[in-house]
Amino acid sequence: MTDVPEVIARVHREEWARVVASLARRFGDLDVAEEAAAEAFATAVQRWPGDGVPPNPGAWLTTTANRHAIDRLRRELKRDDKQKQAQMLHDDGPPEPIGAIDDERLRLIFTCCHPALAMQTRVALTLRMLGGLTVAEIARAFLVQETAMGQRITRAKAKIKAARIPYRVPSADDLPARVGGVLAVLFLVFNEGYLATGPGADPVRSDLTAEAVRLTRLLRVLLPHDGEVAGLLALMLLTEARRAARVSAGGELVTLDEQDRGAWDPALIAEGHRLVRERLASGVAPGRYQILAAINAVHTSARDIRDTDWSQIVALYDQLTRLDPSPIVALNRAVAAAELDGPEVALAAVDRLGDRLAGYHAFHATRADLLRRLGRSRESRLAYDAAIALAGNTAEIAYLTRRRDQLAER
Amino acid sequence: MQYLFSVIFDGPGLATEEEMAAIDVFNERLRADGHWVFAGGLTAPDTATVVDHTGDGEALFSDGPFVESKEFLAGFWIVEAPDLDVALKLAAAGSKACNRKVEVRPFISG
Repeated sequence: MTDVPEVIARVHREEWARVVASLARRFGDLDVAEEAAAEAFATAVQRWPGDGVPPNPGAWLTTTANRHAIDRLRRELKRDDKQKQAQMLHDDGPPEPIGAIDDERLRLIFTCCHPALAMQTRVALTLRMLGGLTVAEIARAFLVQETAMGQRITRAKAKIKAARIPYRVPSADDLPARVGGVLAVLFLVFNEGYLATGPGADPVRSDLTAEAVRLTRLLRVLLPHDGEVAGLLALMLLTEARRAARVSAGGELVTLDEQDRGAWDPALIAEGHRLVRERLASGVAPGRYQILAAINAVHTSARDIRDTDWSQIVALYDQLTRLDPSPIVALNRAVAAAELDGPEVALAAVDRLGDRLAGYHAFHATRADLLRRLGRSRESRLAYDAAIALAGNTAEIAYLTRRRDQLAER
Repeated sequence: MQYLFSVIFDGPGLATEEEMAAIDVFNERLRADGHWVFAGGLTAPDTATVVDHTGDGEALFSDGPFVESKEFLAGFWIVEAPDLDVALKLAAAGSKACNRKVEVRPFISG
């Protein structure tokens, strides 16, 4: 007694990317692969309730999709004799050594996250081809019209084909930079879910955070020795673990110091900590995501905010600053430093970032909080106003508004 | 697969001697590695003449480039490359050599 729609949903999550990737490899055309995979799943929705779920659903889907793809290519050949076999995602280089990364899905990730595509396009293509989200779902996630999102994806597929963006795992020389590009896409998807923007949007889009975690887990399986992949996965897990505690029943953001730590997900925290420990044990100098994960590991190891090892966190931010001397890292370091050196020292550090971060809501929110702690209510209120005007997340706006309205009238 | 590398420039004057020397080295590399198809540098855009014989009448000639813009085409390469990854690497080396931006655009493949 299996619930067929549920099985199909699960098989879709598990097999979609594999079916698309295997067809892309065989037919050298992302458009053909995507359409045939979608048709195969539609066929499953029609047949499985009556015929039963086949013993190997993935193989059944790949075979069915292959048949759809061949039918389409035959139709196209008949329509235009001169039309050559699709050549878009070709692979005529020497076969790369078959090793840990011989998975067609990995090729697909690198094609979807190619640096010749615009960042938003990479995100959309990754969610469609790897994640199996529909165009409508992706459009909704990024608050754009479905037709516009459809056009973006169609244009991307056309460019991949016309410019011959290869369907290939990059060479060892290029791999670190290209993996970095893939991680940036996944992190962007996660952050859009974690701090969803837009007046009508839910404050946390768990569909996007879950998808980002799922794809990063996949990348971890495909690239098990890459420290930054492990780091990003750990960072996501340790962030996702706090999701339930992060927004109150009233839809307001709950900051780290006020979160109910009992509501954190212990399994995700344990997994995140395991990954961080594994990276520490490797002895290899950590990259940006590994350091961010380590910072989150320190936070999630503390029983409460007072138990937090702030000197460790500040030291990790110092390490991050050496890799990425950006004002946003400096802002986050100042937040941690306030717990060690007090709000006055932190405020001076934050104020030095004013000319570069004036348009960033978190800069004003941090100032507002430090000014509040220093009893400078009037200035704090102005900073809250600036933060509220710039913030895009509904839960964060609710939190900032309450904090502003609680300021003493002085 | 062939790609057009358009050299984009927005300043006065042609390539300096140093830039020319670097371009020669890059061209040699293109030839040695089998990527070379064709290349050329262009004179300033104000030397251009636009010819329009699209209608039924006589051909029209007008002085100057077809589009006035700050950036213009200063030269080009046509290279042979198996895919965009290879083309982009070559374009990066070309951009470094001529010290100008390069646009990579694939030819329609038949």
